[in-house]
Amino acid sequence: MTERITTDDVAKVAKLARLRLSEDELSRFTEQLAAVLEHAADLESLDLDGVEPMARPVPLANVLRPDVPGPALARDEVLAAAPLAEDGMFRVPPVLGESE
Amino acid sequence: MSADRRDARQIAEAVRSGESSAVEVLDEHLGRIDEREGELHAFNLVTADGARFRAAAIDAAVAAGETVGPLAGVPVAIKDNLCTRGVATTCSSRILEGWVPPYDATVVTRLAAAGAVMVGKTNMDEFAMGSSTENSAFGPTRNPHDPSRVPGGSSGGSAAAVAAGFAPISLGSDTGGSIRQPAALCGVVGVKPTYGTVSRLGLVAFGSSLDQVGPFATNVADAALVCEVIGGHDDGDSTSLPQPFPSVIEHLDDGIDGMRVGLVTEMMGEGIAPDVATRIRAAADALAAAGAIVEEVSIPAVTFGLSAYYLVAPAEASSNLSRYDGVRYGLRVDAPTTGEMMELTRTAGFGDEVKRRIMLGTYALSAGYYDAFYGTALKVRTLIREDFDRAYERYDVLLSPTSPTTAFAFGDKTADPMSMYLNDVCTIATNLAGHPAMSVPFGTGTDGLPIGAQVLAPTLGEIAMFKVAAALELAAAAGSSPA
Repeated sequence: MTERITTDDVAKVAKLARLRLSEDELSRFTEQLAAVLEHAADLESLDLDGVEPMARPVPLANVLRPDVPGPALARDEVLAAAPLAEDGMFRVPPVLGESE
Repeated sequence: MSADRRDARQIAEAVRSGESSAVEVLDEHLGRIDEREGELHAFNLVTADGARFRAAAIDAAVAAGETVGPLAGVPVAIKDNLCTRGVATTCSSRILEGWVPPYDATVVTRLAAAGAVMVGKTNMDEFAMGSSTENSAFGPTRNPHDPSRVPGGSSGGSAAAVAAGFAPISLGSDTGGSIRQPAALCGVVGVKPTYGTVSRLGLVAFGSSLDQVGPFATNVADAALVCEVIGGHDDGDSTSLPQPFPSVIEHLDDGIDGMRVGLVTEMMGEGIAPDVATRIRAAADALAAAGAIVEEVSIPAVTFGLSAYYLVAPAEASSNLSRYDGVRYGLRVDAPTTGEMMELTRTAGFGDEVKRRIMLGTYALSAGYYDAFYGTALKVRTLIREDFDRAYERYDVLLSPTSPTTAFAFGDKTADPMSMYLNDVCTIATNLAGHPAMSVPFGTGTDGLPIGAQVLAPTLGEIAMFKVAAALELAAAAGSSPA
């Protein structure tokens, strides 16, 4: 299917997924992910030419409902569940000026 | 389990008639929780005060002559990935510790409207990722039949709660077998309904095209009742089918004369413990004796189910779990910038199995690998459904083991994730196809622990599935199962 997954691949994926891994974790997770992907190599034996992909079991698409206002979640209750909120908004540390 | 325990229908009947009060029923169950919860850890949270309030309200309604629902006064345990307004919902993850949802899942609303009394939120593998409940951030649940063994997972707390008599019914969720496998390992009934028949609104998402909510119960008729209560269309779930849940209750006593049952060859061979295979062959014989036509059937594509599932489910999970970023819910680890805050929060908040699946899914969806992994898996999904469809042209239902073994020991499979994943080999194809399936206890293994028989059915084939499940239950009770 593809080449064996490397520690570089896993480091890149961890960064994309916003996870920080120690050196030990990086090598352990690489081994474990490689084992799963090697098992999945059995799919290479299948002839999939012309087979339609199936993303979901129910053939519903563009489900619409009447545009009628209904009860919504209480803002205060939603914000109360956040780690930090202020003036009716979620509060986060600075976003701009990050070195990425 | 013990004969003095009443099932959900008996409790509701007694409460509705005034023979028992809902408060007495609740106290009886809280008593059992007091006795064994310390040992078993089925719950993340026992909601005794809220339950007393609800039970008293049911009793007041009965006393006032008001109509009460079909689950009046019935204690129910709810998996901790179903949102409960005002009651902490953790998914057994540090990242959601302390989060209190501002709304109820639709299934929770419907149970409450039917008169059920929630006694607690049950333990699970973190974000429903696992087959043993060992991945809970709050410690594992133990199997009530043998506390040195796992209860299965990921809905292990819900299965154990019913097996231990903490509640006669409970709810779980099933993404790759997470209701059926713990039901089998704990000796109770567990149902994974057709995708779209039960609302997912308020079920914390894992694999959105695979997840379904379903019940655990001590018997098939209770499970049927819960399905009809929680099932049916919900405007709040865009994947909800526009119809009521199939009328399973009225068909439970139909019998199975002339029904066609296929015993799945690929789920009876390599990897299936001999004592499990023996019991499932006995189940097939029992169905034949009850009038069904039973034959072996080959469904070749199901052997590829595990590979397809462990690409599709992590892909969906990696997307769904991106919302846990320290902004809107639960845990936040402070840092000078938002980017660092998110990374530190997710690193501290997620356990290893969740991290593995997020990374696997991110990889399967990433540029250069998308077609090879995720795209391939979606095509295999089609092959699996087509192979099932061919089988269902000739058979009303299929039969297999639910789990390849009885309950295993703690630590047996945690070091090697692949060995844990292989435990899902009989249940996974159902979720990929969107079909219903259920596990019914059918005797015990050589170790004396429960074995579950799995009944599989096509889309909306719940009536046939429940009929065959009822026949298996009857046969097991009649002693064709030397338990």
